[in-house]
Amino acid sequence: MIINIARKELKSLFATPMGWIILALLMFGFGFLYLDGVNKYFEVMSGSVRPAERQGITIFVGQNVYGAANFLMTVAIPILTMRLISEERRSQTLPFLFSAPISLSEIVIGKFIGLVIFLSILVMYIFVMLSTMNIWADIDFGYLIGNSFGLLLLIGSFCALGIYFSSLTSQPIIAAISTFIALFAMVIFGNFTASDPNHWFGYISMAKHFQSFTRGVIDTSDVMYFILFIITFLTFTIRRLDSDRLTG
Amino acid sequence: MAVSTLHAIDLSRNFGSNYAVSDVSFSLQKGEVLGFLGPNGAGKSTTMRMLTGNLAPSNGSVKVCGHDMVDNPKKAKEMIGYLPEMRPLYKELTVDEFLTIAARFHKVQSSRIRRAVESAKDKCGLTHMSNRLIENLSNGYQQRVGVAQSIIHEPEIVILDEPTVGLDPIQIREIRNLIKEIGKQHSVILSTHILPEVEMVCDRVQIINEGSLVFNGSIDDLKRQRRGNKLLVGFSKAPTKKELLAIDGVSQVDKIDNTMYRVHFKEKYLPAEEIVITATKKKWGLFHIAPDVTSLEDIFVQLTQIEK
Repeated sequence: MIINIARKELKSLFATPMGWIILALLMFGFGFLYLDGVNKYFEVMSGSVRPAERQGITIFVGQNVYGAANFLMTVAIPILTMRLISEERRSQTLPFLFSAPISLSEIVIGKFIGLVIFLSILVMYIFVMLSTMNIWADIDFGYLIGNSFGLLLLIGSFCALGIYFSSLTSQPIIAAISTFIALFAMVIFGNFTASDPNHWFGYISMAKHFQSFTRGVIDTSDVMYFILFIITFLTFTIRRLDSDRLTG
Repeated sequence: MAVSTLHAIDLSRNFGSNYAVSDVSFSLQKGEVLGFLGPNGAGKSTTMRMLTGNLAPSNGSVKVCGHDMVDNPKKAKEMIGYLPEMRPLYKELTVDEFLTIAARFHKVQSSRIRRAVESAKDKCGLTHMSNRLIENLSNGYQQRVGVAQSIIHEPEIVILDEPTVGLDPIQIREIRNLIKEIGKQHSVILSTHILPEVEMVCDRVQIINEGSLVFNGSIDDLKRQRRGNKLLVGFSKAPTKKELLAIDGVSQVDKIDNTMYRVHFKEKYLPAEEIVITATKKKWGLFHIAPDVTSLEDIFVQLTQIEK
């Protein structure tokens, strides 16, 4: 049943120009970052850098691309998540889901998975794009796979937060703006206490946990952070929809 | 004995201190069309939302074919097709896409989805609209898509909340015929505030006012209340009341204006013929004689005002 909800979400995303436009803009953004990275690599590495300090092209370009994913996603995901529940609330289509033999958890998880599948098209695209460097260089695929995994987790957490905010209001725009603000805060939290790397503020900041992926490290504590984040907000969403049923 | 498919037991729902529905109990027989009548804000929609599991009742329970809506919501919901007042349509999809999704959500086996969609479209007269975006359909056709999604999984019970609101008279007639068709195979609960609609479509009527049931009976009961034992008679050269009372069976005569009289008669009498014979004999100039029908609206007003 979860799969059926996810399929419906994908269908809706591709049935409107919205899905296509966002996907195209994101691809353009990441493509631009990729080109920019390759160009810079030659500028930086061809000149004054001593051989010992030289970096591999995978890490150099990869950091350029994946490092900016934070901010690109902060802008793009609220626009996608605002539809999920808020829009249904506004156009009064939620009873359609509620009166079908589907549990609330299935609805929420289905919607979440649908959107993550949609955005994983982008993760695949970035992976393939960076792999093209392999034509003339010998790149580190492990680094790319680690990063793709990290990006997927980041997207997942952003989507989970977005769905939660989407379930709070019947105004999609308000859902989008509040999601954007929350995500932005999550991303820049760490910067406030950058001078003290062990500050607890840093631990709850998403940027700090994502950074280790962009270095190519898969740390289980980071993975757990994202997974817990996703579970927490999906649970909040389910609770929120349940309270709709209870309080009317 | 008829099998009952849906039981509502002491349903109550309050929003804060305000009771929207209180202690509503009824049951629905298999193959019955039940009309749910009430003025605006009487609690019709709230009751329907509780029946379909969209709203948790504050008190009481709903049993659908033996499955409790709270304990076993999935099984119970499988048996119900629901069309809320605001029809829930994904307007960015085509009719076929939407109905396929509806079939999947209602656990129609994947091998049978194609057929279910076709037969629902067929019943609702949507076959030529298959590939149109729902957004571009007229109001009436959108309503049909709404009805189609509620019957796609062949549910035991179809619940329609004000299905004819906002449609033009032709569309209303079509939707009513459609509901009659559906009523042949499924049990139907239909809410409305349009009285003639109930008379045309339903087998049984429940009138709800301010959250409580004030009438529960067959459509014939309602009609009987309506027809009564009165005749409306008009004479151009009006006789006196006494002359009319002299006719066998007449119990009371009310003068409406100079020419019109309302003639009440006793049980088991129908003095119409007597009146005509007497009138022609005495040349009263009879120009009108008809049963005096209390309008459904009057009964409705009576029933909903009694409580106050």
